[in-house]
Amino acid sequence: MLLSIRSLTKTFPGTLALDGVDFDLATGEVHALLGENGAGKSTLIKCLTGAYHRDGGTVALDGAEIAPRSTVEAQELGIGTVYQEVNLLPNLTVAQNLMFGREPRRFGLINTRAMRAEAREMLRQYGLELDVDRDLGNYSVAIQQIIAIARAVALSGKVLILDEPTASLDAREVEMVFDVVRGLRERGLGIVFVSHFLDQVFELTDRVTVLRNGRKIVTERTADLDRMSLIEHMLGRALEEEVEQQGAGKAAATHPDLLHFEGVGRHGVIEPFDLTIGQGEVVGLAGLLGSGRTESAELIFGVRPAQTGSARDEKGALDLKSPRAAIAAGFGFAPEDRKTDGIVADLSIRENIVLGLQAQRGWARPIPRAEQNRLAEDYIRRLDIRTSGREKPVGDLSGGNQQKVVLARWLAMNPRFLILDEPTRGIDVGAHAEILRLIHDLTGAGMSVLVISSEIEELVAVSDRVIVLRDRRHVAELRGERVAPDAIMRAIARDGTGDGETARCC
Amino acid sequence: MLLKRIAPQLIALAALVLLVTLVYPGFLDISFNDGRLVGPVVDVLKRGAPVALLAVGMTLVIATRGIDLSVGTTMAICGAVAAWAIASGWGLAPALLLALAAGGIAGLWNGLLVAVVGIQPFVATLILMTMGRGIAQLITEGRILTFNHPGFAFFGSGTILGLPVPAWLWLLTGAGVALLMRRSALGMLIEATGINRRASALAGVNATVLLIAVYVASGLCAALAGIVVTADIRGADANNSGLWLELDAILAVVIGGNSLLGGRFSILAALLGALIIQTIDTGILLAGFPSEYNLVIKAALVLVILVLQSPRIAAEWRIWRKSQRASREALAERSRT
Repeated sequence: MLLSIRSLTKTFPGTLALDGVDFDLATGEVHALLGENGAGKSTLIKCLTGAYHRDGGTVALDGAEIAPRSTVEAQELGIGTVYQEVNLLPNLTVAQNLMFGREPRRFGLINTRAMRAEAREMLRQYGLELDVDRDLGNYSVAIQQIIAIARAVALSGKVLILDEPTASLDAREVEMVFDVVRGLRERGLGIVFVSHFLDQVFELTDRVTVLRNGRKIVTERTADLDRMSLIEHMLGRALEEEVEQQGAGKAAATHPDLLHFEGVGRHGVIEPFDLTIGQGEVVGLAGLLGSGRTESAELIFGVRPAQTGSARDEKGALDLKSPRAAIAAGFGFAPEDRKTDGIVADLSIRENIVLGLQAQRGWARPIPRAEQNRLAEDYIRRLDIRTSGREKPVGDLSGGNQQKVVLARWLAMNPRFLILDEPTRGIDVGAHAEILRLIHDLTGAGMSVLVISSEIEELVAVSDRVIVLRDRRHVAELRGERVAPDAIMRAIARDGTGDGETARCC
Repeated sequence: MLLKRIAPQLIALAALVLLVTLVYPGFLDISFNDGRLVGPVVDVLKRGAPVALLAVGMTLVIATRGIDLSVGTTMAICGAVAAWAIASGWGLAPALLLALAAGGIAGLWNGLLVAVVGIQPFVATLILMTMGRGIAQLITEGRILTFNHPGFAFFGSGTILGLPVPAWLWLLTGAGVALLMRRSALGMLIEATGINRRASALAGVNATVLLIAVYVASGLCAALAGIVVTADIRGADANNSGLWLELDAILAVVIGGNSLLGGRFSILAALLGALIIQTIDTGILLAGFPSEYNLVIKAALVLVILVLQSPRIAAEWRIWRKSQRASREALAERSRT
């Protein structure tokens, strides 16, 4: 075995993050590491890369026991890591990034020509022909990811850990990265692959290890597993066919109109669009990245002021010039990027949950502490937020739980219209199903929801109606039985000419 | 909870008092003469007033991830305004109100530049810091504007219940603002804005108004400090009033354990920081070191305090203690067998 971990244990105050975990990695193997948020994947990886120091157990690389104390030491031992967010310097050139910290030198100065040549040679091994003098930031995330992999392999060269490398890539780019990973497998590296995308796990990996609550549940050859049993291992319970159940039987419910948006638009951001939201209705926004989905939501919520158009409800016109105005109109908006736009990381779970409600009441009318505690406890229980206490900083929670805290903030305000931008991005299977169920419950109670998602299956599962966007324009509206994956896909792909039937702008 | 937060500052202050008492045994002596308390400690409470007042406003600004470099200059402007009003015979109340208004306007200017125009706080307040002394000099017409007004001088050298008025001013301001922050929701909203302005704004927090408000609060605190200094010397010195005090105020906030990156704040701890700085200043004077040593000693003491407070040092200390305990237990284990 290339890497052999035996009964690895790591504790944090109040939690046993890893409880006697065994893990083996062979040369020339891609080994998937799976588990829900908080299962212990990140902790295991950090113990390998020297970010954490293990409390117990052994880690052996090539038969020799190791205990790296820093990422640099781990790299020298042969363990390299590539994270979801590219950890490179976008304002340096490709060559500088690749050779950073080990630049070829001549007379004590950096030998730029040798550096360029070496960088080009490195990239050629990965089938990339790039201008290595251009700034890294000019290239797509996929290219940057491959450059990060190239750098990690050059620095370490035995074990490569890929921590959700594909989370922000589209399908074609994922394939590009996978080709690189397969090439490295043939060169005899051991690769640990962490991902939430089960399809990718089945496509790429040789073996799978599932963690749950800090324990190893199973290690199996990927080919011997089917999707259902894998999900069962991860969740520890038989997953009902949640999604499909919800998808069925919503055929012809009628929703009285709640909100009308007319001609809302902003130059260069989104073409003016009309949108009607019914009470208790879920409207899905589908489209490729950059098609104007998030922008539509931002205009509705006043994050960016609309230049044209108006909004009204049954009582009269609504003012949407700012988020505060939108909140006053009973809107809520859980944004896509919860780290920068959603959570206030250093504040506690309790404070994050009451923040919106408090802002609405005004500073002079503080919510009594007992009431705050009650609200926080209530939502921690209802949304099953995994934490050791309501006073923990939100930044310490895993991604899925952070998302639930942001949802709790809005639910505490009881909006009549909630916008959810990619509510399940980066969230594990269990939390995923919970959030879809939550949307279902909320609309059952009369709330209207606008869901933006890149996952078409998810949109189909929750939406009563789907609006398709293309090139900053609302191009189609699908309802009833037409809310189906292939119909949405066709609407996204259609080039907009000669299509009188469905491309009617909504 | 509260005690745990301010424990490092309390310990530092106690250690410092002990140190000063060792070199100057009379430091803690307090006597009662003519209806007023007299002694080095009372002097610390009085002399520390300007920095303590500035630290109250500065804490709020820093909590929003900002900084206010203009407070020293604002002191000079407000002092000049007050002295001019007194010297022109406007009377006490109008003079005080004018000085406070000047401080409020200065803060409003900073707040608008930061929150509405979007200039970085460091640069935005640097503008007033540079320009403000010129404004103060224009008001005083380039000279030291003196006056003789016992009512106004009371704010610098008077006493109430034996304690100097400047000490009362910062104690009451500090307590008042701290209570306002924690009894209303302002404290949490300011912290949320400082940690993540965008997320707070999306949650409906009126971040723009809050930002302007903290700079106005800082300006008002600077006005109070300016009044104290001007009343104390019975004259407005546009060149020297409040000179470099913005840096002492920032230092007080930092010694108080408040992060310059914004977020969680404690006004009480910042006030202790101001007391620590003043105790160092007074202590060095009392100890009778030649005056050229003062700044070096002050810097060294501040460095020691900050290093001891650093979270990294605290973490190292915990690890060291843990390993000590482990080796002790291992030893005991071995001796048992």
